[in-house]
Amino acid sequence: MSTLEIRDLHVAVEDKQILRGVDLTVRAGETHAIMGPNGSGKSTLAYAIAGHPKYTITGGSVLLDGEDLLEMSVDERARAGLFLAMQYPVEVPGISVSNFLRSAVTSVRGEAPKLREFAKDLKAGMDALSIDPAFAQRNLNEGFSGGEKKRHEILQLELLKPKIAVLDETDSGLDVDALRVVSEGINRFRGTGDTGVLLITHYTRILRYVKPDFVHVFAGGRIVEEGGPELAEKLEAEGYAAYTKDAA
Amino acid sequence: MGLNEKPLSTLHEKSSFNLEDFDVPSGREESWRFTPLSRLKGLHKGTAAAGHITVTVDAAPEVTVETVGRDDARLGQSFAPADRVSAQAWNSFEKATVITVPREAVASKPTVVTLTGSGEGAAFGHLLIKVEPMAEAVIVLEHVGSAVYADNVEFVVGDGATLKVISLQDWNDDAVHVSQHHAQIAKDATFKSFVVTLGGDLVRLSPSVTYTAPGGDADLSGVYFVDAGQHLEHRLLVDHSQPTCKSNVDYRGALQGQDAHAVWIGDVIIRVEAEGTDTYELNRNLILTDGARADSVPNLEILTGEVAGAGHASASGRLDDEHLFYLQARGIPYDEAKRLVIRGFLGQLIEKIELDELRERVFAKVEAELAR
Repeated sequence: MSTLEIRDLHVAVEDKQILRGVDLTVRAGETHAIMGPNGSGKSTLAYAIAGHPKYTITGGSVLLDGEDLLEMSVDERARAGLFLAMQYPVEVPGISVSNFLRSAVTSVRGEAPKLREFAKDLKAGMDALSIDPAFAQRNLNEGFSGGEKKRHEILQLELLKPKIAVLDETDSGLDVDALRVVSEGINRFRGTGDTGVLLITHYTRILRYVKPDFVHVFAGGRIVEEGGPELAEKLEAEGYAAYTKDAA
Repeated sequence: MGLNEKPLSTLHEKSSFNLEDFDVPSGREESWRFTPLSRLKGLHKGTAAAGHITVTVDAAPEVTVETVGRDDARLGQSFAPADRVSAQAWNSFEKATVITVPREAVASKPTVVTLTGSGEGAAFGHLLIKVEPMAEAVIVLEHVGSAVYADNVEFVVGDGATLKVISLQDWNDDAVHVSQHHAQIAKDATFKSFVVTLGGDLVRLSPSVTYTAPGGDADLSGVYFVDAGQHLEHRLLVDHSQPTCKSNVDYRGALQGQDAHAVWIGDVIIRVEAEGTDTYELNRNLILTDGARADSVPNLEILTGEVAGAGHASASGRLDDEHLFYLQARGIPYDEAKRLVIRGFLGQLIEKIELDELRERVFAKVEAELAR
């Protein structure tokens, strides 16, 4: 059973301190929602854990099953079992979705999947997320709609089967149908019970489809309140006003 | 034929068959300022033809191939040399190769012209590809071996004809090649050129396009990969002097290593009479390491107010960190992520090569460059 442990994490971007001591433990089988106002540092947490070069760790640690993620390169973290579903997946010209996915699966599994098996998995994954098969031949994220990009992120999640998934505002920009499809994908992924999910969101909407076990409120670069699913309902009713005042 | 009158355009200053109409370049001229003259091995200052290039042609059955002397009247009808080395090549070649695609013939396979250099000494050449009205052909030019070589290549595309050319500069590392490609496009004719420049110490390739009637369509693509110490230069000139013609230019290169130098000049003229012209030119460079340098200069000179479209763009930069992050975040190691991004960048163009075998060969060569 896997565990992601974030201890007293401090992160800066270009000398500006964004995270100011984040403590959070995500265990396999658990779903944690991180909620908070814009600019509270939610996405910084996601990208810092994944190792984006823009973010500088100024203190603290991040361990995955006892191994120091912060010592690893971005790709080593992914191979160690971390996955980040991005809010704005970047367009990469000239690389087809199917080539990209095969390279990613090969890297994460440490060996190339059998072609026939991979094609079968890919088709099943795309069907489940209502993705047009022609998609596989398109360039990576190029010209994808917002909803297509998010479905494609979840497709990767299901193919790569990480130990811990960090989902950064996967719900943003989705209409209700797409939100349902994407949520079903996340639920399939966590349904195995041996993976942990850190769901970052601004809105409570997705939490109606993906029920969290824990809710953490983020403000001013750290967690300011924690609770169960009932905390999300409180936020739904009252908004973030109380926290933003505190943080200021 | 003497020095032509200076045309209205500033981008196409003069042309002449007489060598003495061109001064020996000093390096200060606009058209020579990027080229390291000291590495031209004398091609620009009247070196005698002491070397040799072997030309072999594997032709489609519908096509005729001739080796002719300097006095053949068909030569030099479609162009006049626009610089010193082109004039030198015109005045110095001994035998020319003429490939003719007869009227309405459709070549059933590509015609492959292999130009093999055999070492030291300057050599000069001339090639005429004549596609008669309504004919269609694919021509592959392959440059291999070691050479100091200057040549003029004429592509004469007749009314309604289609010519697709793939020119592969796959020279050994010590080769010097200065080449002019002149395409003359007749009424409703189509010319597609794909240039791949990988080898050579110094390659300076100047593709130009002129139109003789409305309706012509030119598509010029190029891919280059510049390694340490290499100078690979492409100078394009599209001269729209006829109404309702099209041109599209897309050249992309990757550079790696100390003193890898790419030069791309894209000149497009739309003359007063060329109403309804539709043109776009693009150059992109991916600079993979410190010490590499790309010069990219698009020039668009529009002399009429009635164009259908005219644009240009140039961008040179490093690999995008966000691209690499995305791929690495999916477990793909840095080196492979880099390889995928570069392959994708050049691959979007290479995909346009319609000959399967050649396209795969070019992909393999690019992969080999990436593995260096």
